[in-house]
Amino acid sequence: MEKRVLIDRRLASHFDWTLLGVAVGLILLGILTIYSATYSITEHRASGLASRQFYWFLIGVAAMLGASIFDYHRVDRFAYPFYGAVLLLLALVLSIGSMGGGSQRWLNLGFFTLQPSELAKLAIVLALAKFLQYDEPVGGYRLRDLWAPFLFVAPLVLLTLVQPDLGTAVTLVLVFLSVVLMGGLQVRSLLGLVAAGLTFLPIAWHFLKPYQRNRIWTFLNPDLDPLGAGYHVIQSKIAIGSGRLLGKGYLKGTQNRLDFLPAQHTDFAFAVFAEEWGFIGCLVLLGLYLALMVIALRVVARAKDRLGALLAFGALSIFFWQVVINVAMVTGLMPVVGIPLPLLSYGGSSMVSMMLAVGLLINVSMRRFTF
Amino acid sequence: MISLSSQKEVPPEFRQRTQLLVTAVAIVFLLLFGRLFFLQIVEGERFTYLSENNRIRLKKVPGTRGMVFDRRGQLLVDSRPSFDLLFVPEDTSDPEQTLSQLARFLGREEGELLDLLQENKSRPPFQEIVLGRDLDWPSVVAVETHQLELPGVTLRTRPRRSYLANSMAAHLLGYLGEIGPKQLKAQKAKGYSIGDEIGQFGLERRWEEFLRGRSGGQQVEVDALGRRVRVLHEVGDIPGYNVLLTLDREVQETAYEVLHRKEGAIVALEVGSGAVLAMVSTPAFDPNVFARGVTAEEWRGLAGDHLHPLNNRAVQGQYPPGSTFKIVLTIAALEEGAIQPETPLLCHGSMLFGNRVFRDWKPQGHGAVDLHKGLVQSCDVYFYQLGQRLGVDRIARYARALGLGEKSGIELDDEKAGLIPDSEWKQKRFGQPWFPGETPSISIGQGYVSVTPLQMANLMATVANGGTLYRPWFVRKIESLDGAVIREYRPEKIRSIPLKQTTLEQLRGALSDVVNSGEGTGGAAKSQIVQIAGKTGTAQVAEMRGKVVKSEQLSYLTRDHAWFVAYAPADKPEIAVAVLVEHGGHGGSAAAPLAKKVIEKYLSLRGEPAPSSERLAGGHGETRAD
Repeated sequence: MEKRVLIDRRLASHFDWTLLGVAVGLILLGILTIYSATYSITEHRASGLASRQFYWFLIGVAAMLGASIFDYHRVDRFAYPFYGAVLLLLALVLSIGSMGGGSQRWLNLGFFTLQPSELAKLAIVLALAKFLQYDEPVGGYRLRDLWAPFLFVAPLVLLTLVQPDLGTAVTLVLVFLSVVLMGGLQVRSLLGLVAAGLTFLPIAWHFLKPYQRNRIWTFLNPDLDPLGAGYHVIQSKIAIGSGRLLGKGYLKGTQNRLDFLPAQHTDFAFAVFAEEWGFIGCLVLLGLYLALMVIALRVVARAKDRLGALLAFGALSIFFWQVVINVAMVTGLMPVVGIPLPLLSYGGSSMVSMMLAVGLLINVSMRRFTF
Repeated sequence: MISLSSQKEVPPEFRQRTQLLVTAVAIVFLLLFGRLFFLQIVEGERFTYLSENNRIRLKKVPGTRGMVFDRRGQLLVDSRPSFDLLFVPEDTSDPEQTLSQLARFLGREEGELLDLLQENKSRPPFQEIVLGRDLDWPSVVAVETHQLELPGVTLRTRPRRSYLANSMAAHLLGYLGEIGPKQLKAQKAKGYSIGDEIGQFGLERRWEEFLRGRSGGQQVEVDALGRRVRVLHEVGDIPGYNVLLTLDREVQETAYEVLHRKEGAIVALEVGSGAVLAMVSTPAFDPNVFARGVTAEEWRGLAGDHLHPLNNRAVQGQYPPGSTFKIVLTIAALEEGAIQPETPLLCHGSMLFGNRVFRDWKPQGHGAVDLHKGLVQSCDVYFYQLGQRLGVDRIARYARALGLGEKSGIELDDEKAGLIPDSEWKQKRFGQPWFPGETPSISIGQGYVSVTPLQMANLMATVANGGTLYRPWFVRKIESLDGAVIREYRPEKIRSIPLKQTTLEQLRGALSDVVNSGEGTGGAAKSQIVQIAGKTGTAQVAEMRGKVVKSEQLSYLTRDHAWFVAYAPADKPEIAVAVLVEHGGHGGSAAAPLAKKVIEKYLSLRGEPAPSSERLAGGHGETRAD
């Protein structure tokens, strides 16, 4: 016990405060944005979502501490059980989950609703890091070496896809591919993988129901749904564009105020922010995300061992893909797939799992000197 | 501690890859910054212009709802185009001025329009205020021609539901209403949005999925006055499916006319299939009122009316069946062999059971009564004794087999099951055993027994077709606009009751004589063109102890309910009818003539008046009480 405390004290001196600072900065900007997004011009007050997000922030800090305090080598033991639990939760969502916005993504736990697909991102990172922690074969992994990871990622992706939650499913696939590449996949195998994916798609397409196909077409081409997704993208672009250099000022964004933006406090929170803070504000916000990425990459580069590097890189890729897809989506560069902006968008499950990811980064970061 | 032997050092490739990744991340972020620069700095001015008056709006075009036809293709419910008058105050510099102009063009009160503006003060900005629905043609022309002087005022075309049958099939067809907040939450995934109409009752509600069309719409850019500059995108609307009923408009109309100004219900079923030919409940309401948008006052009037015009009495009204229940006892007694049909029982006009006297409707008594006479003259004392022989549980078993005491399963909301008591029910409900002294009341369809008019019609259809109970239905086909069959419905058997041929013959003979013998209680239903078989019923509303009081003397609300249940033609039945007139008095006089008119109408339409052998056997039978 004595010894443990000493170790902890030494560890604490290596705690990555910059990383935590950046994350907290993003969360606070998020709470401000959520307040604005839910502010009612006629009643001169916001809904309670901003304060709820603040409570989630506190819970998130606890989660972050929890994820940073244990020795990350223990991941070796609980990565698979954690994966199994998440798989079970996703299966539960399918059978008894609650509906919202046309899909079934949540488990009602009474005091809050859990979105297990958020945890699935972490489950993939943990399980992959465990699997790939040993020395890569000379010349890199070939596809046939990786059948096991494929096998455990596929059900998570499928269960998310049928909810349907295309956004999260896409994130899961991208995170998986990123970590596998980092772990040392042969370039030739990567090409093979892409080819396999392309042949699989038409087969999957064949099994989809017409309305599901329609939905995917619309995802890929919002112009097909000018009264729905297409309209949302136009309104989102108007909101962002009309912010110009300095923005319209806090609580003064008209696009948001007049309810022309969809999902203002969740997926389209960036548009609300951009309208009110302008290009300068966006520079600061994206700058913070960029800082997060750079710090995380440094953690990866300095990690003591493969397991640590892969865990940190996995956490990083979760952030990276969600930020890029979300911003590209609300600025009209990509189809609307429904991905939250990590740490910024409203949502308890997202907040907790993102803070767990931050905790993981800090964990790896402060144990780079221990032996 | 965990063994570190398996932990591998970070290989040099990792560091290289990290270097590569830094570059990749930088490039991606540069791209995002570039996009934001383009939107906010390069195109900022244009987007500011578009945001200022919110130049890009959605115009919704609701899909036309499907039409409803009767069994012979006559249109019952239509959707015709109409114009709504809309106003967006944000589109004009001076809303009051615009509205006073508008009032002048339309010849409407200025104050009325200003009130509407006031009422909608707290709506979200740029949301349209509805100033008028279903505008007449001169108003449409006036608004169109003065468009330039009326910034912010627009017309919206929208299909309006039109019930050509007015009130006469109101409860079956149902009505539409604007989707409520709760419904919207539940139905959002199906593409409903605020302001949409949705079926709220009857056919309109149950067949909503087929009837509703799919909305289309336009994404338009408007100018500073709210006028359309150009259509950016357009999605066509899809009309709903047409619904074809088993209902016969003429029979329905007759049924409605004969019940007019009374409270009650008439149900007519096709004997061989359970298809609904007519279903009327009065007092009714006019669904067209709902179609143009019911005002709060009108709604309170309908919902608060003590006669409950919104209730469908045919399936929701639960009444004691009175003497019509003797049909059930007759079947039970013959099937169980509880009595020889020829065995006479004595009727003195009353019967003492325990210490209670049970009266017959005929104080002087019927004398020696066998089963046939008992049914034809509706002798209560005979059936008191039959009831005692059968016992309540056997009566209940047959009543339930014939569809009483259970929902028929017709596709209408809030159908009631009625109640058929037995000893088990009594024990559960009151924690008491069944007392034999309670059986006589049950035997003449009083006491705890209650049934719906639909159940009684279905019972008659079952008797008429030889023992097959069908689930009543009224939609036979769903078709798309171009005539393709989307769905077709067929008769659905609930169960077959194996009735002896002798039972059926005995019963049918008696039911025919009720109407046609000249000695029965149902003589008022005797028809010149068709032989009708039926049974009268007079259901007591208030318990009358002691003296028999003449119905006519009772104040309205304690007056008896009048029943007549029938099928025709008696020898080859096609139609079964149940008529209930609330507080109508005697079934023989208040209900039987109505059933006759409905049956005659139906058969005249079949083109075969089906004259019977007793056509010339003298005028109407004498009306008797029972």
